Amino acid sequence: MPGLASRVARVLAVLTVGGFLFVFYLLPVSSILWRGRSWSVAVDVIGRGATWRIIWFTLWQSIASTAITLVVGLPIAHAIARYKFRGRAALRAFVTVPFVLPTVVVATAFLSLSDRFGLDSDPVRLPGTAWAILIAHVFFNVAVVVRSVGGYWSQLDDAPEAAARTLGAGRIRTFLYVTAPRLRPSLLSSAAIVFLFSFTSFGVVLILGGLRRVTIETEIWRYATQRTDFETAATLGVIQLVVVVVMLAANGRLQGRLAVQERTRPPSEVERVPTGVARLGLFGAVGLALVLVGVPLAVLVERSMSTGDGYGFGYYRALGNQDARIPLLPVSGWEAVGNSLSWAVIATLIATVVGTVAGVVSSSRRRLGRVTDIAFLLPLGTSAVLVGFGMLIALDDAPIDFRTRWWIVPVAQALIGVPFVMRSVSTALRSIDPSLREAAATMGASPRRVWREVDVPIASRAVVVGAAFAFAISVGEFGATTFLARPQRPTVPTAIFRLLGRPGDLAFGQAMALSVILMLITGTAVLVIEKMRVVVAGEL
Amino acid sequence: MYKSPSWVRLSGLVVTTLLIVSACSSSSSSDEARRCFDDPELTAVTFDGDPMTFAGTELTMLAYDSFFVSESVFEAFEEQTGILVTVLTSADTGTMVSEAVLTAGEPVADVMWGIDNTFLCRGLEADIFTPYVSPLLEDVADELQLDPFNRVTPVDFSDLCVNYWSSALDGPAPTSIADLAEPQYAETFVTQNPETSAPGMGFLLSTIAAFGEDGWQDYWSRLADNGLAVSPGWSEAYYGEFVAGGGDRAIVMSYASSPIAELIFADPPVEAPPTVALLDSCFRSVEFAGILAGTDNPEAASLLVDFLLSPTLQEDIPFNMFVFPANQRAELPPEFVEWAPLSASPLTLAPDVIEANRDDWTEQWTEIVLR
Repeated sequence: MPGLASRVARVLAVLTVGGFLFVFYLLPVSSILWRGRSWSVAVDVIGRGATWRIIWFTLWQSIASTAITLVVGLPIAHAIARYKFRGRAALRAFVTVPFVLPTVVVATAFLSLSDRFGLDSDPVRLPGTAWAILIAHVFFNVAVVVRSVGGYWSQLDDAPEAAARTLGAGRIRTFLYVTAPRLRPSLLSSAAIVFLFSFTSFGVVLILGGLRRVTIETEIWRYATQRTDFETAATLGVIQLVVVVVMLAANGRLQGRLAVQERTRPPSEVERVPTGVARLGLFGAVGLALVLVGVPLAVLVERSMSTGDGYGFGYYRALGNQDARIPLLPVSGWEAVGNSLSWAVIATLIATVVGTVAGVVSSSRRRLGRVTDIAFLLPLGTSAVLVGFGMLIALDDAPIDFRTRWWIVPVAQALIGVPFVMRSVSTALRSIDPSLREAAATMGASPRRVWREVDVPIASRAVVVGAAFAFAISVGEFGATTFLARPQRPTVPTAIFRLLGRPGDLAFGQAMALSVILMLITGTAVLVIEKMRVVVAGEL
Repeated sequence: MYKSPSWVRLSGLVVTTLLIVSACSSSSSSDEARRCFDDPELTAVTFDGDPMTFAGTELTMLAYDSFFVSESVFEAFEEQTGILVTVLTSADTGTMVSEAVLTAGEPVADVMWGIDNTFLCRGLEADIFTPYVSPLLEDVADELQLDPFNRVTPVDFSDLCVNYWSSALDGPAPTSIADLAEPQYAETFVTQNPETSAPGMGFLLSTIAAFGEDGWQDYWSRLADNGLAVSPGWSEAYYGEFVAGGGDRAIVMSYASSPIAELIFADPPVEAPPTVALLDSCFRSVEFAGILAGTDNPEAASLLVDFLLSPTLQEDIPFNMFVFPANQRAELPPEFVEWAPLSASPLTLAPDVIEANRDDWTEQWTEIVLR
């Protein structure tokens, strides 16, 4: 039995993490929903045909986005998980880059791409269609599938597949009947996250969807911020919550039902150098990633370098030099980079600590585990405006007025990062083969020792995967940093936004250059975090 | 033992909450609300003591996200008064005003910068401001002083106008809004959604001011038939569809001051701006500052409002925000004088008319443009 001290520590940890969620999410959101309560408005909104069309469109576009993202992400995840090839770590970091780019930057790249390839005039008019939204969602979210499914896949023992092949099953058959069921916990887990991201996607829908495509999220934003109509926004907010809870609960139940204990092995023992058909598959997967992620990013690089007098680094140099008579930014671009990084480190630390505890709690199959899982995923599925507005009215009575504290920004970013760490950790913990723990116990290890020797190494690899995501999210996060930001300390996304708010070649060029820098920072940071993962995995 | 699945319990919880919430809400209907420019019967803040009275006080100013002044500017204020100013920015003006309405009486800041004439009455009707008559108002043109009760103080103005890229036009340049509906300009104009963009709203209001409350719908039908493009925001229009960012549209809804920015930030440098603002299309935007009701420091806040209207800050804003100072004594930068980016006869509508019709107009607009 664990001692009293460790039990107290566990209760304290759970209370702290629960308190975090309560103060920074549950309380704000219920305050704003309460503030906007109105039976007559609710009846009116629910009675409108338009509302149901919006709900339907929101649902189908997010389900379709999730399905396509899974299909596109799997081959890339497979290549990264199973094959040893040069540039593998770089590829994994590369697909994460879109995750952090401001939507408006990506959208202008998309618009210019469809312009260049003639996709914006009849017969193919891409912008303004549901397809444009779906493609952009795949572009943004493919990293979720590649990284979390890939990470899970890489430590699965490949003996069952080898057995199936020996018994005469083909590749496809083996995948469908052996690999896919084994991957299901991880597939479901990333599907839930991609779904939530697409469900509450804002910029993509607004910019690429045109006037016709509105979702619950964009409508909540419109009513709350532009119409100051908190009643309609709150009604839509309740609808959004109900849909998210139902979807998540279904997902969680499937996960619980399907969870299988897996024999894990260090990735180095399973991966191999591809030959023959596998080589072709690898080329295909890498090619897919390069086209999907690489082409829009290449457009940004190209634009950042096409200065008034030919290609060059003029805009990059100009970023560092903001002391001209008429500066475009309050500080040099490099200072913005520094600001972004320091916010992101704080947010990542919070997200990692909270997310790890939440992951351990939610890995239990008991009720507390399931409720924890859903509760911490909710912020991903809740309108950012409602959370932000809720904080404004909920956190003003506190002993100190929290609303204007600087740390509210990394806290809000961490709220979005927590689910990644949590899901990553809980999926890993649930998949631990109990016989591993039993074996350790039989050999005389104390429960604490079993935890330390078995659970911790496996979980810590998952923590690192989640932390990399949390970091990427905070670097690129825009909503929380505009929510009561300090203009003299702009982050990279707010600086890009500011530059894109100005006419003039220099403004646009510097915005593109800063976007490219944001890409490079993210890529590098993810690579560095992954190095830590190698060290951790080495303990196994 | 059978336990109901967690999602049943969770959604049960949500439904119960909803029912409780709704049961309590029926009593919240209020009497006929006071109109925007009815007398609010509020006492104005007054202070004429030593400006150093509040030395050491910290003030917070709430502004929209594109607010920006040189760092040294507020240091000057600190030298004069000993008051430290922290600027917090929200998102766009609509979001900022909604936040202030939400937190009315319990504001996140002491002073707000930037509520404009299109949102003014929304703020005034929600009683978010405390009146204050700044002595510097005598340097401000009368037509900018839109609130007779001085709950807000004008701090800057600008014109929202149609711009065109001269060399990208096939034929002659348009001379009026009406021209844009002519076949010659088919597929060449991009504007913004008035519900998500200030210039977009400016253009819609221009057309209502120009064609009347019953005439603008017909104009927009013709515009829509003429291959109009609508972007959600200024950046998407200017850098996504307009030629400036590689798009193929030669006419865009923007600001009267945009050509100056095109001149200053040109690469390589140019002699004259590549774009021209069509000055007959402009909607006049006026922005105000106000002391937020419920602040703990109304008198210190009144000193800040004076400072916002003083030449020190007013002369700093043209190049930082590309708007005009409200204080006529503030000296304009030479580029602003030379390229005179203002309309002689801007279009305008009264703030209370805008507030009363805004939702109705945007709904009609959406229907016309989507049809």
